[in-house]
Amino acid sequence: MERKIILENIEIEGIRSLEVYRKNGGYKSIEKALKTMTPDEVVNEVKTSGLRGRGGAGFPTGMKWSFIDKKSGNPRYLVCNGDESEPGTFKDRYLLMNIPHRLVEGMICAAYALGANTAYIYVRGEFKQVIGILNEAIKESYKAGLLGKNILGSGYDLDLHVHTGAGAYICGEETALLESLEGKRGNPRLKPPFPAIKGLYGCPTVVNNVETLANIGWIVNNGGEAYSKIGIGRSTGTKLISACGNINNPGVYEIELGLPVEEFIYSDKYCGGVKGGKELKAVIPGGSSVPILPKNLILKTAEGQPRLMSYESLSEGGFITGSMLGSGGFIVYDEDACIVRNTYNFSRFYHHESCGQCSPCREGTSWMESVLHRIENGEGKMKDIDLLVSIAGKIEGNTICPLGDAASWPVAAAIRHFRHEFESHIKE
Amino acid sequence: MSEKQFKHKLYVKKGLDIAFTPEVMEKVNKIISHYPAGQQKSALIPLLHIAQEELGGSLNVDIMDYVAGLLNITPIEVYEVATFYSQFYIDPVGKYVIEVCQTGPCAICGADDMIAYLEEKLQIKVGETTEDKLFSLKAVECLGACGSAPVMQVNTEFHEFLDLQKIDEIIAKLRSESELKKPEELTWKERLS
Repeated sequence: MERKIILENIEIEGIRSLEVYRKNGGYKSIEKALKTMTPDEVVNEVKTSGLRGRGGAGFPTGMKWSFIDKKSGNPRYLVCNGDESEPGTFKDRYLLMNIPHRLVEGMICAAYALGANTAYIYVRGEFKQVIGILNEAIKESYKAGLLGKNILGSGYDLDLHVHTGAGAYICGEETALLESLEGKRGNPRLKPPFPAIKGLYGCPTVVNNVETLANIGWIVNNGGEAYSKIGIGRSTGTKLISACGNINNPGVYEIELGLPVEEFIYSDKYCGGVKGGKELKAVIPGGSSVPILPKNLILKTAEGQPRLMSYESLSEGGFITGSMLGSGGFIVYDEDACIVRNTYNFSRFYHHESCGQCSPCREGTSWMESVLHRIENGEGKMKDIDLLVSIAGKIEGNTICPLGDAASWPVAAAIRHFRHEFESHIKE
Repeated sequence: MSEKQFKHKLYVKKGLDIAFTPEVMEKVNKIISHYPAGQQKSALIPLLHIAQEELGGSLNVDIMDYVAGLLNITPIEVYEVATFYSQFYIDPVGKYVIEVCQTGPCAICGADDMIAYLEEKLQIKVGETTEDKLFSLKAVECLGACGSAPVMQVNTEFHEFLDLQKIDEIIAKLRSESELKKPEELTWKERLS
């Protein structure tokens, strides 16, 4: 299942520069898209490819593009979401540090398909090094006539700028990101209207994750049909998985969707097994927001089928016995890991990152943190466990944006699968 | 409410004379030009980063009012943004701000030990600044480098795969670096004090 699309040629020395990137086939898609295809044809190829949003939600990219309002007469915008802040996720940073032109190439094709003449890359403020690398890549592309006016003589104009965030997890949510890009607090907006109708400056906007856009060049070059044959079922293509926690080889891996989870954890090509030869306890497969699964349920589904790295397989069994592929932030816990401590840690994170707009999230995340804090510190009561389940249930689905869900799912899942650990924490 | 509580530091205007140098202004104007006419407020976060870097490491009401003037927006629009994002410091900080990631993946790889070690080494608690104003220590949420946990950043420079020995080296390097600084290289804030 070795298949490289995004990280292809990443081992070549100097691939960060435009010269080396182009020498190795980079930017061919621009020529093809801008000179031989109409914007709608590009959209159709992406639709055919079955590519789904790589930021976490997994929404079909081509469909998202087709919603963009072309009738309003307002300028259209493409915005790349590089606010990577989901704990356990560090794939976009790796991609941008090593092969930034992959994103720039994908963005030119995408902006052309959407009819956008201005595009922004929103990068979290902590990634100062990434911002420098991206600015350098963009500068090179302007010089080579791949950005700016009349790109490669095609008559198409595109300006691309990097925009810096300043440390707010919530800005990874697309409407909060747009607010932040407009120079405001990152408070998510009510949807509808969706950004495709009213986005940046009230104009039609598409927001895509870094990894999603990095696929577009390949799809234009090879066709959506070819892309759709990679992967498994409705999980087409490859996915960057950032693996971390108690494993031998933490890092970013590009896998073809459909790879068995067991192989991913134990093969030396990927995680290389649990560190120190310890026993596997649990895995959070898609970033801290998705439900944690104990060893037996991450390796096999409740029906005993091997669990695969795909949108469908990881969510099989719903939240009772399944989880989500999410952003591909794969966090592995060994036998010594304390689930209560870990759950408390994440609840503190979500409390800190709640924007405070919706009461269930603002108050609920604070309560979950306090209750978990007292359990962790040996002051919990047995009824606290059900209290946590109740608070989580009252946040979920009752907020403007998914941060409320993201805060409640890990707590509910930890109690669902590791209730005995909470109980023994309280008893002792 | 006592007077001390009432007079939040954010609202104390000192009447400082603040201005970017012409070189910095060039950078500022270039950033503003990235956004459509009339949408110059978009440049607010990038400008606050520059202000914090150039004008002493943290923001105060005088600096924020100056930025508001540059963008032709009201001061409150700057305050609400500056207090929302965790990278902006309203409290004065030391020359080196050490931010250790304490979230999940770093936590299971030893972040707590790193924080405890730094507290002992610098003789301050998380959230405090050393007496010589050299170091501020903060525990922050996910820095997005979980694969190389534990991680910390010193003024946005990342240090990964931390251990106690590495921390010793980093602190020693920063200490010797700070001694080398010539007076004309002192930041705005250092010059004031």
